[in-house]
Amino acid sequence: MAPNPMNRTLTDILIMVKRNLLRYRRMPQLIVFSFIQPVMFVLLFAYVFGGAIHTDTKYINYLIPGIIVQTVIFGAMMTGVGLADDLSKGMIDRFRSLPMARSAVLAGRTISETIRNFFVIIVMTLVGYAIGFRIEHGFFKYFLAILLTLLFGFAFSWVSATIGLAVKNVEIAQTAGFIWVFPLVFASSIFVPTNTLSGPVKWFAEHNPISYTTNTVRALSLGTPVGDNVWYSLIWAAALLIVFVPLAVYRYRKIS
Amino acid sequence: MSHQVTQYIKEARHHGLTNEQIMKALTDAGWQAHEILEFVLEPPRPAGASADAIISVRGISKQYDKTKALDNISLEVKRGAVTALLGPNGAGKTTLVRILATLLLPTSGEATVNGLNVVTQPQKLRSAIGLAGQYAAVDEVLSGRENLDMVGQLYHLNPATAKARAAELLKQFDLEDAADRPVKTYSGGMRRRLDLAASLVNHPKILFLDEPTTGLDPRSRFTLWNVIRELVEEGTTVLLTTQYMEEADQLANHIFVIDHGHIIAQGTANELKKQVGGDVLELHMTNHDDVSQAAELIKEFGDGEPQANSSNGIVIMPTSQGPSILVEVVRRLDSAQLKLSDIILRRPSLDDVFMKLTGHGTQSNE
Repeated sequence: MAPNPMNRTLTDILIMVKRNLLRYRRMPQLIVFSFIQPVMFVLLFAYVFGGAIHTDTKYINYLIPGIIVQTVIFGAMMTGVGLADDLSKGMIDRFRSLPMARSAVLAGRTISETIRNFFVIIVMTLVGYAIGFRIEHGFFKYFLAILLTLLFGFAFSWVSATIGLAVKNVEIAQTAGFIWVFPLVFASSIFVPTNTLSGPVKWFAEHNPISYTTNTVRALSLGTPVGDNVWYSLIWAAALLIVFVPLAVYRYRKIS
Repeated sequence: MSHQVTQYIKEARHHGLTNEQIMKALTDAGWQAHEILEFVLEPPRPAGASADAIISVRGISKQYDKTKALDNISLEVKRGAVTALLGPNGAGKTTLVRILATLLLPTSGEATVNGLNVVTQPQKLRSAIGLAGQYAAVDEVLSGRENLDMVGQLYHLNPATAKARAAELLKQFDLEDAADRPVKTYSGGMRRRLDLAASLVNHPKILFLDEPTTGLDPRSRFTLWNVIRELVEEGTTVLLTTQYMEEADQLANHIFVIDHGHIIAQGTANELKKQVGGDVLELHMTNHDDVSQAAELIKEFGDGEPQANSSNGIVIMPTSQGPSILVEVVRRLDSAQLKLSDIILRRPSLDDVFMKLTGHGTQSNE
């Protein structure tokens, strides 16, 4: 039996995905905790800050698409934490001593985080519905919005994987992984319209890849024109993947 | 016998004989087929490697920034035996094993495992080896069975074979009762056994064990030693690292003593012990403060300076004068009114060897 290398790689990735997802089934608290933070954000912005933010539409309809992007980005950052955990426990040594595809451990992680993110998006949408959010433009377009968000999160997962392999320590991966994401997430169109900002922050927020993605997701949800946002978002996702997939695999090969 | 066969095959190959011709010539000369087979059919070896070496390391160095973890190491590991790399923490043992297990690239030098180059043929090589590292590298969330099953699938066994192999190993390692419990409920010894089982899933020709019993209680250590012995009886070659003299003494057919990235001695446990020569006289003083006075009194019977340890009350001294000195030693201590709780004349232990070779013990942490 000599299956071709492509099939082998896919099989290896599937085995790793299964391993990672079993983790969530065995420890449902992991999933529950990954909901608490975004739900807190929804409640805070909908009921505390929301009144002070002026948008063209009902704020909850503005907020939920943004929260979904934020949740997926934060979720993607768990990729590096998981890898650092595997590294510190010797699991990565075990995998690297096996004749499996060099990309499988990383792809398995990034794909299972993406699957988890899909479920988180569904739950966040339902939470949104409970407090007044409505999809205004049909479910198909909203589904496209979810796909774009997942692709974007998948790209960020690879960035996180690279960081996790570089720092090798769970605690550091947790801080190093999140610190650079905060300015990207908050200086963006996730919570506030960028035209309410000024100066360099405004420029940054308008050119922030997270804003492009958020704008697209929001437009697809509200039924407003998508414009060039979708292209910029796709180009960013592609660029991140082109840079960070090889970089992460290189790091994985060179672990000492 | 292996040496003669090897020599013959080498010459025959040199003269362009085929494997069939070599086999015939050897059987005609009275060798049993099974004795020859593994030498004849073995993959071609690099120049300079001997026939019964399954691992061959030539001039391997590993440089980390400014420190040299391995400095021009060359060694050969015999097929079907246990070879130990013995040395203190930081000596370079683990670095060498990681290079041979394809986890780490050497800075310079060459190494082959089962005839495969560690740098240029890593993926092929990985199918022939098993590795159990310093940590029990098993997934805590999965059950023991799921862990072994996963490893089997990653070796590309078909699902049914992987399952059957997992069940077989769980039985062999006495983990059947806990097979379907998550590993986080396992004890330290059970985790190590599962880790070892995971490294055996693909019936490896060569098994690398990096400090297999560090941190285990004596009973678990003893169990693991027996498992390793059984594996070797079944034909597996084992290369293990250890900082415990006793472990190398108990398990290894051949020992390489490594210190600061160099091999400083090698041989069987007995050969190494002979390097110290003679016997060791050991005095246990009832009053720990008497050690230096006692050492002074027995000095003239020794081949070297006696070592007095006032914290445990033990004086150790190499000597080659045999049991006849015991009476005189006891008499002298008695007349000086120094009380003995024990007096021993014994063969040197590997600890004594290490102390003599390096000037420091095995537990020193540099």
